[in-house]
This record gives sequence, C-alpha cells and structure tokens, in this order.
Amino acid sequence: MTKEKIILPENNVGIVKTEYFSFNGITLESGEKFGPITLAYETYGKLNASKSNAVLILHALSGDAHAAGLHAEQNAIGWWDSMIGPGKAFDTNKYCVICSNVIGGCKGSTGPSSVNPKTNKPYALDFPLITIGDMVTAQKHLIESLGIEKLLTVVGGSMGGMQVLSWLVKYPRKVRSVIPIATAIKHSPQQIAFNEVGRQAIMADAYWKSGNYYEGPVPAKGLAVARMIGHITYMSDISMAEKFGRQKKNYAEPFKFTADFEVEGYLRYRGDNFVKRFDANSYLYITKAMDNFDASKGKPFYEVLKDVEAKALVVAFKSDWLYPAYQSKEIAKACKLSGIDATYCEIDSTYGHDAFLLEVAEETHLISHFLKKVVFEYEAKGRHDK
Amino acid sequence: MRRKEDMINKGVRLDHEIILELVGPQSTVLDLGCGTGELLDILAKEKKTRGQGIEIDEQAIYECVARGVSVFHGDVDSGLAEYNDSSFDYVILNQSLQQIRHVDTVLNDALRVGKKVIVGIPNFAFYKARVQMFFRGRAPVTGSLPYQWYETPNLHFLSILDFIYYCREKKINIEQSKYINEKKRVILFPNLFALVGIFLISR
Repeated sequence: MTKEKIILPENNVGIVKTEYFSFNGITLESGEKFGPITLAYETYGKLNASKSNAVLILHALSGDAHAAGLHAEQNAIGWWDSMIGPGKAFDTNKYCVICSNVIGGCKGSTGPSSVNPKTNKPYALDFPLITIGDMVTAQKHLIESLGIEKLLTVVGGSMGGMQVLSWLVKYPRKVRSVIPIATAIKHSPQQIAFNEVGRQAIMADAYWKSGNYYEGPVPAKGLAVARMIGHITYMSDISMAEKFGRQKKNYAEPFKFTADFEVEGYLRYRGDNFVKRFDANSYLYITKAMDNFDASKGKPFYEVLKDVEAKALVVAFKSDWLYPAYQSKEIAKACKLSGIDATYCEIDSTYGHDAFLLEVAEETHLISHFLKKVVFEYEAKGRHDK
Repeated sequence: MRRKEDMINKGVRLDHEIILELVGPQSTVLDLGCGTGELLDILAKEKKTRGQGIEIDEQAIYECVARGVSVFHGDVDSGLAEYNDSSFDYVILNQSLQQIRHVDTVLNDALRVGKKVIVGIPNFAFYKARVQMFFRGRAPVTGSLPYQWYETPNLHFLSILDFIYYCREKKINIEQSKYINEKKRVILFPNLFALVGIFLISR
C-alpha cells in the first residue's frame, strides 16, 4: 500500500482514535469465567444529557472498531464511513455513535493472540471457545461503563447482525430498536460449510502448528485461502462479472499457474493483504462462534421475542446468496408474530453480501427515517420510559 | 358534513375517507398491498390505529418508511399464512384484491387473521366501461381501471355485483357497502354508476 495522504470525504467525523476498555471479565455462556478482558471501541458524536442518543454499531467477521473517520498514522478510513458522520444515516450531529470490536478478535480486543496473564504467552488455543452471546455480554459492560442505560439502536450487518439479534434476545430492555442487516437467526449448513473450508485451509497450513505460531512464521497461505473463499461468497455472479469479466492480466511469468485472470489476481491480493491484518486463530474462533450461533435457541424465534418492546428494521439484499433474503425475512416474520413493530426491506442490489457496505443511498434512507421515528416515539412517551 | 370538508382540505382520497369511517379508533390494522403507506398514515393520525402493511414494490417501501409506516416487503399471496387467528381488528385490501393470484386463499386468510376485512374493488361494470366495450368494442379504461390491456397489473376483472355474489356463495357476511365515482358517493344503481365499491366483510 502506498502511503499517499488520504483526502477526507465530505461530512467526515475527522481524525479519530481507537479507545480501549478493560475490565475484570465475564462468565461465558459455557459457564466458564474468563478475564481480564479488553474491548477496542471508537465513538463519534456526543452523548446527550439524558444519554438517550447512543447508537451501537457492530462489525462483521473481519471488521474492527474503526467504523468512521480517519486514523492518522495508518491513513485508514473507517469501514462504514459512508454511513456515519454529520448529516449521514447515523448523523453524528444527533447521535452518539459507538462501534465496538469483539472478544476473540485481533483488533485490540482480547483474543487468542493476546497475552495470557497466567503464562505471559499468547493464549493461542488456550483461549476459550466464545460465542456471539459472549461478545455481546462484553459489549454490555462497555456500554454500561459509558453510563448508557438504553441504546437508541443496535445495528450491524452479517456477523454484526447476529450480535444485534443477540442484544435483542439477551438484553431486550437495553435497546429501543434494532437494525439487523443481511444476517440470519442461525447459519444454514451451506454457511457452516464455507466457514469450515476456511478453517481447514488454516489448519492444513504447516505453519499453523495447532495454533502455536506466534513466535515464528504465521500460517499465511492457509489464512489467505480462507479469505479468498470468503471474498467469493461476499460477491455475486453479476458483481464479479462486472468487476473482472474474463479479463487477463497482461504480464507473463515463468510459471504455468500464475494469476492469469483479473479475478485470480484480485483474490490473491485480498488474501495476502488479509494476512497482514488478521490473526489466523481469531479467524477460527470467530467463524466457529458464528456457526454455533442460534438466536432462537432451538425454539421458534417469535417465542424468544415474546416480551421484547423494541422496534426493528430488517434489511436484506436480493443478490446476497451467502445470507439469502429468506433468512432476513424469517427474522422480520418472527418480529411481526411476536408483536414487535417491524419493517422489512429487500434492497434490489447486484453486489451480493457486500451490498451492506455499498448500498449507501438505500440504507441511508431506510435507517435515517427509521431512527427519526424511534426518537419521535421515545420523546412522545416522555419520561415514562425511565 | 364538517368532517368531510376537513378531509378534502387535507387532500384525502375519497376511498380513504370511506375506509376511515369504517375503521374503529385505536384498532389494529393490516393493509395488504399498502402502496406508499398513505392510508395507514392517515389511519394512524386520525384513528390512532396501530398499523402495518405488506407491499411488493421496493420504491413504495421507501415511501412507507419515510412516512413512518411499518411495512413488510413481500407479496400478499404468501404474506398471511403465519399469522394467528384474529391477529388484527381489520385487514384491508384496498385496490389490491384484483391483483392477487389466489383470491380465495388470500380472502380466507384475511377473514381468519382479521376480525373484519375491508375490500375496495374497481367496478368493471361501471357505465363508462360498458360504453367502451359495447359501442367502441375496446377493453375499458376508466378512473378505477386506468391501465391499457398490455400494462395492467390486474389479474382479475370483476364488477360490484360479482363481488356481492361471491360473498353470498362463500357465506361471507357483507356488513357495510359503500360506492363512489370520480368525485362523490353513489347510492343509486352502484353496479352501473360506481367506479369503486368498498365492503366491510366478516365471517
């Protein structure tokens, strides 16, 4: 990557810094106690006096707490910058936006690459098997430490959407509304299968060494292949055809199986790049957490939502075949059946699963109006709520 | 008639005004084929109803959300099965019944899911339609059937009488019926002079 100076897009929140919240720990859903825990997070916009304008944004598998603005040293713009800022969907003039990382990750929060205080070495596979629910429990500690009683909304796409559903099920009284995007109540066998191939690629890499690679070379090839598979599932047939066609790269290399096609070069580039910023063990732990996730706990989902009062906006994308629209529809249907005031929209996009990062205009329209209504109803209810 | 003037001043469509009269205050409403959410919006404001819609058109969904109307993006034909009996006080099918593939199934489900159902249909036997058919030999294009044959979303073409006979045959109880033309209510010979019939039905 060249170190050119990035010009800040319009209505950007400016230079931001990741912050870190450390606390004693939590009881995991497995019953095991685990700690200490550090969570990386960022905030944009100001918390109002009644602390009622907090929006919690949750990221997907490979994301981080840096959702908006610019990191000065890395020259990196946040992953959802188009949606967060003054006048944007998550309007930082109105809302205090918080983006939290997850435990199990490798982006500043406690995960398998963190140092185990008992051994002074990285946890590696001594790190406990965590769940989406555990990620959310840790986030609840963060939110409470910020003095927030109830979140205006919790929003996220893909794995972020799973965390949203987990918030709704675990802490229904802590959220006024939820916006799950391109996500599922639970993974289908197909989704588990793709994750498993990714995990197998990592574990088949000789450098993986049962997770104990922190002192030597990392399982780069395995992790890169896992990422390549991921990228295929994030795009659609149409978006790939539009982006690459059957275009060939025009330089020759003295080897038969070079990346001839544009799409091959793209996947290799994405795979190699990913290795520089992501930990292979985190990839294993987090994909496993996604596969094990079941917001319905084996029951019909609407029964789990019985006493929930929050409003819901459920969004899916037509060409998303990794998290097909029917899975979002199931979420919306369960909301309706349980009496939750819910809106469901299937956006006509050709971008596949990646659409949740790219269909900015449609998402902005839906989310900004939805939030306006949540605020309106909250204010109409007056202080009874407290 | 003070109320009516109020409504006209607010630019409320005549069919919406009639539905507004049929719906009880503070009731729950499901609008099948709710379009841009105009009716649900008026009902919420005037009758304090708790409403939600089902709509297939994506652009209409955006307008619903802008109005603050809760809406489910999907087609009406497959949207009702999962609801429990009597989940809503009213299920509304205003100008959507004729576009539904399985009329029988949807109406049955609507009558199960809603305590009462409001159906608004365009009248194929409106006198202007009859004139176009009889004298000009053309498929009718009227105020309530505004489409050319090649672009119509309508799958079924029925008259007010057809609907009344249908209800009789299916043992559906017509509690109230209202008829309108372009500008006002119609009382005499509705099957000839009404563009639209609006029925409050139950089982």
